[in-house]
Amino acid sequence: MQASDRFNINSQLEHLQAKYVGTGHADLNRFEWAVNIQRDSYASYIGHYPILGYFALAENESIGRERYNFMQKMLLPCGLPPERKRIEEDKARPEASHELL
Amino acid sequence: MYLYSLTLQRATGVVCAVNGSFTLELLRPDEAGRIQILHSVEVFGAIRSLAQFRLTGSQKDYLVVGSDSGRLVILEYNVAAARFDKVHQETFGKSGCRRIVPGEYLAVDPKGRAVMVAACEKQKLVYVLNRDAAARLTISSPLEAHKSHVICYSVTGIDCGFDNPIFAAVELDYSEADLDPTGQAAADAQKHLTFYELDLGLNHVSRKWSEPVDNGANLLVTVPGGGDGPGGVLVCAENFVIYKNQGHPDVRAVIPRRDDLPAERGVLVVSAATHRQKSLFFFLLQTEYGDIFKVTLDHEGGERVKELKIKYFDTIPVTSAMCVLRTGFLFAASEFGNHALYQFQSIGDGPDVEASSTTLMETEEGFQPVFFQPRPLKNLLRIDQVESLMPIMDMKVTNLFEEETPQVFTLCGRGPRSSLRILRPGLAISEMAVSQLPGTPSAVWTVKKNVNDEFDAYIVVSFTNATLVLSIGETVEEVSDSGFLDTTPSLAVSLLGEDSLMQVHPNGIRHIREDGRINEWKTPGKKTIVKVGSNRQQVVIALSGGELIYFEMDITGQLMEVEKHEMPGDVACLDIAPVPEGRQRSRFLAVGSYDNTIRILSLDPDDCMQILSVQSVSSPPESLLLLEVKASTGGEDGADHPASVFLNAGLQNGVLFRTVVDMVTGQLSDTRSRFLGLKPPKLFSAMVRGRQAMLCLSSRPWLGYIHQGRFLLTPLSYETLEYASSFSSDQCAEGVVAVAGEALRVFTIERLGETFNETVIPLRYTPRKFVLVPKKKHLVIIESDQGAFTAQEREENKKVFFEATGIGENGTANNGDQMENGGGDNDEEKDPLSDEQYGYPKAVSDKWVSCIRVLDPRTGETTSILELQDNEAAFSVCTVNFHDKEHGTLLAVGTAKGLQFLPRKSLIGGFIHIYRFIDDGKGLELLHKTQVDGVPLALCQFQGRLLAGIGPECENKLFPNTIMSIHTYRDRIYVGDIQESFHYCKYRRDENQLYVFADDSVPRWLTAAHHIDFDTVAGADKFGNIFFARLPQDVSDEIEEDPTGGKIKWEQGKLNGAPNKVEEIVQFHIGDVVTCLQKASLIPGGGECLIYGTVMGSLGAMLPFTSREDVDFFSHLEMDHMAYRSAYFPVKDVIDGDLCEQFPSLTPDLQRKIADELDRTPGEILKKLEDIRNKII
Repeated sequence: MQASDRFNINSQLEHLQAKYVGTGHADLNRFEWAVNIQRDSYASYIGHYPILGYFALAENESIGRERYNFMQKMLLPCGLPPERKRIEEDKARPEASHELL
Repeated sequence: MYLYSLTLQRATGVVCAVNGSFTLELLRPDEAGRIQILHSVEVFGAIRSLAQFRLTGSQKDYLVVGSDSGRLVILEYNVAAARFDKVHQETFGKSGCRRIVPGEYLAVDPKGRAVMVAACEKQKLVYVLNRDAAARLTISSPLEAHKSHVICYSVTGIDCGFDNPIFAAVELDYSEADLDPTGQAAADAQKHLTFYELDLGLNHVSRKWSEPVDNGANLLVTVPGGGDGPGGVLVCAENFVIYKNQGHPDVRAVIPRRDDLPAERGVLVVSAATHRQKSLFFFLLQTEYGDIFKVTLDHEGGERVKELKIKYFDTIPVTSAMCVLRTGFLFAASEFGNHALYQFQSIGDGPDVEASSTTLMETEEGFQPVFFQPRPLKNLLRIDQVESLMPIMDMKVTNLFEEETPQVFTLCGRGPRSSLRILRPGLAISEMAVSQLPGTPSAVWTVKKNVNDEFDAYIVVSFTNATLVLSIGETVEEVSDSGFLDTTPSLAVSLLGEDSLMQVHPNGIRHIREDGRINEWKTPGKKTIVKVGSNRQQVVIALSGGELIYFEMDITGQLMEVEKHEMPGDVACLDIAPVPEGRQRSRFLAVGSYDNTIRILSLDPDDCMQILSVQSVSSPPESLLLLEVKASTGGEDGADHPASVFLNAGLQNGVLFRTVVDMVTGQLSDTRSRFLGLKPPKLFSAMVRGRQAMLCLSSRPWLGYIHQGRFLLTPLSYETLEYASSFSSDQCAEGVVAVAGEALRVFTIERLGETFNETVIPLRYTPRKFVLVPKKKHLVIIESDQGAFTAQEREENKKVFFEATGIGENGTANNGDQMENGGGDNDEEKDPLSDEQYGYPKAVSDKWVSCIRVLDPRTGETTSILELQDNEAAFSVCTVNFHDKEHGTLLAVGTAKGLQFLPRKSLIGGFIHIYRFIDDGKGLELLHKTQVDGVPLALCQFQGRLLAGIGPECENKLFPNTIMSIHTYRDRIYVGDIQESFHYCKYRRDENQLYVFADDSVPRWLTAAHHIDFDTVAGADKFGNIFFARLPQDVSDEIEEDPTGGKIKWEQGKLNGAPNKVEEIVQFHIGDVVTCLQKASLIPGGGECLIYGTVMGSLGAMLPFTSREDVDFFSHLEMDHMAYRSAYFPVKDVIDGDLCEQFPSLTPDLQRKIADELDRTPGEILKKLEDIRNKII
């Protein structure tokens, strides 16, 4: 990297995007945005034990199973990505099950 | 509004647990097999992982904590001070539970040379641990082992002896799957087991080895290596356990399944523990159904693994962590419900194993499953448990039993371990003996024969005209050879000097020498002794008329009269402090008089019987006690803080008055008072954990004692007592003997340090909500469970199982409950395979069971239970009086039939049942059943009608998502939406129409709601915040004055919702999902506060401040404490009481510094803290 590049806004952005997962960019589509939000949500659920417990109660599963399920969901949190050209808006569905508490 | 938030009952759920030699574990099993919580610290953050490690050659373990702080913290347990000392704190990232900020996983090198801290995704950091010349722990700067687009499932350290440390991780790369619209890449995504090697020479971490692993992998367990075993890891995956190591073929075995498990369900290992001895190691893996399997490896000289064997060990409730203690115990921290300590009876080393790698069968459909039958505990024996309220599902505070203080009714637990727990503020006691006496005793003492004796020798009971002496031995029986005068009442009985006894009766003092000689001292003239104060060396008596006579023991063991003093009037009470260690006498005598004063007199020879100080009190004192309080956390011995002597006085108006006595001058200062009950408190000294404590007997008994360095005054849950004395025998080391009525009672005090004691009534399914039926004082509880069988079906399956086992078939197609009968054949009563221990058998996930229960809380008896049929489950309940008043109070229950969450929420139908109470409120009769479109999650009575919140479609689609709460007050309806906070509604009767006139601008995922006042509601959201929403006064007035009630504005439909917005006036992060809120007062005459209960089983209170001065004081004391309590929203107008209560645990210097900044003394601050706590509980 040349010295002048360091002050270039684009290279700074790139640096941020590389360092912090989920940093947005101008061409971000709705799917990418939703995927990121969902992954953040799942990571947050996993990190907060009481929330895991809350979900486990609602679904009548063990907390360990609930944690595993959330980890698994991080792979494709919003279903399959849309076709390249046809960027469809795949709506991220919130968890429905916690309603019953 | 300003609130003071205080946690009353700490969360009882365990997130993670480790054991190790912190010279002592934090949970230490004591000799009696009880678990004591040695230490607990409020961290004001979220702990996500814990690990312990030990440096090579060292004897002491350190604790590493992974939390939401973006820091790695290493702690050391300081035994002397009984606290954790922070050794290192390394910042590596932002705070908060973030996806790529490490803290979720922790792994340590088994030799304690390095620690890896990892995040859910991408980041992994390795710190090298070492020690410096002074043997202090040092830590390096972090080495990165990041990889983008990789999800991490588990991390562990590989045991590779003294080679370079290696960490193993289960990883999944998702970068391809995110880009491939066909789904092929996602289907092909493969988890990998990756070894990271830390090169200690180069100070560098590299990916050493990576190999595909079963896609169900979720947990890694280190296998002992070096000289002790083959090394490598056990990969626990769904249905399998696989041994893996670099350059070693996989050794795979299938995890046995319960026969009754639906085929669609996998078996997942949720917790693991390793046991290591010199020549032997094995693993205990617990599945999500609670079954523990013992895994052993057959290996050749610590090299190749030939066989992996899985043997069914035992079944205990599902845990979040298990620890095998070296002393042969297993600590199981349950996910929900009580934690338990088990003792190993055997280690299950029979040759019969359920599954093994050598018998693994692979068919076209995959690996052949193996089945097993759970059986009663064989290898483990439960010896103690730790109460846990987790999760609290619903809670109500009310004084149903008409006791002195209200009771807290909580619904706790889940599935078969559910219970209704009635909490009462106070300590639990366990009664050892009750015996009737001939007459009504007035007082009781215990006395030792010799100062060096461990146990008491006599119990002396005084009646109005006689004294009864009981000797303590194998049994307690009356004796007459004790030397005590039994024809007169006694005023005091005690040990004098080394080995002589003293009895004070109204006409004199009887001194019984060890050799049987008796010295009598008679009162002069017609005067009688009215009060006595004594310790081992000194005796002061008060004669009628107010004369004090002071005796002291001389060197020959004779009791000699030293001094007389005339008091202005009759003496109400007096006390001498115990002789301080290494001194001849105690310096102070406290005398209470009927003229509302307490005087401190000197007993020193120089100024004997001089009045040192006078304190006037609000009412004549009834009883006095000088108590030495070593209030400190400085250490077990209190070395850090000097002990201070407190003068405690029980006044006739029921107040306990405490004041500090200056050790030198005898001046009194720093007074505190607390109302204890309707009777004047009598004070007695007792022993608690080897320290002096105080029993106060008012209309209920209280105990003042020191717990974790803090003086606590807590009520005991016991009946009114007349007189008490400490009691010690070989059956009961620290007990209390007391008289009440005509009975003599011996009891011990349990679970010190707890705020509540509980009465447990078991329930059948996960309780959801409950209501109190007014007048009848019954509770109606609704319970529902998903994926379970009804009691009937379980009963039937049990029969089927009997037949099945008759023919010796185990794997038949029945999928019901075959466990309740296990080995118990005819032994139905014992039922060793209780559901409580084994859990209900799993049914398919869209199957529901539910029941409505009417319960009489006084007897704990269920008077009626209605099991709902046809896959219906109850979710809401309320009592209702319809305006036609035909049936009186009715019960409304909202149910859903065939509810399913995944793949999409669906249901066959929702119903509202209306029941009538029959049999004097003991039974229920169905009157009517209405079908509705959605799940009725909230029901409420409103103006003689029933309001039901049914999904989003409450009558006219006003509400965005799902209604989860409805409260009403006057003509307003406060509706809580599951995702969109509160909506304030009005109902127009003439048009039969509902309209929303105000709502919240913040999208809140409500979990609990409570109505506070006309304009205010309190709510809690899913992320652990409590907030108050209030309609601004001017808007509220405007709506009340508007004849249309703001309806016109509503019809305009601006502002994306209601025309008015509520303001959030209070914000606070609890850090735990709050499931219930209630406005209540926990003590009679105390201020009303907001009580909350949480998923993790904690109870807390928020008390509104009454003066601006207090707000200022506490906000200055709290200083800058924002980060954690503002995790989601900036904290507003709430003082964190838990933080303020850390003040007493600070060092004296720091306390003084803080106090100086506030222009106060530390004593004043402590008093203030105590006062505000006493306002709550």
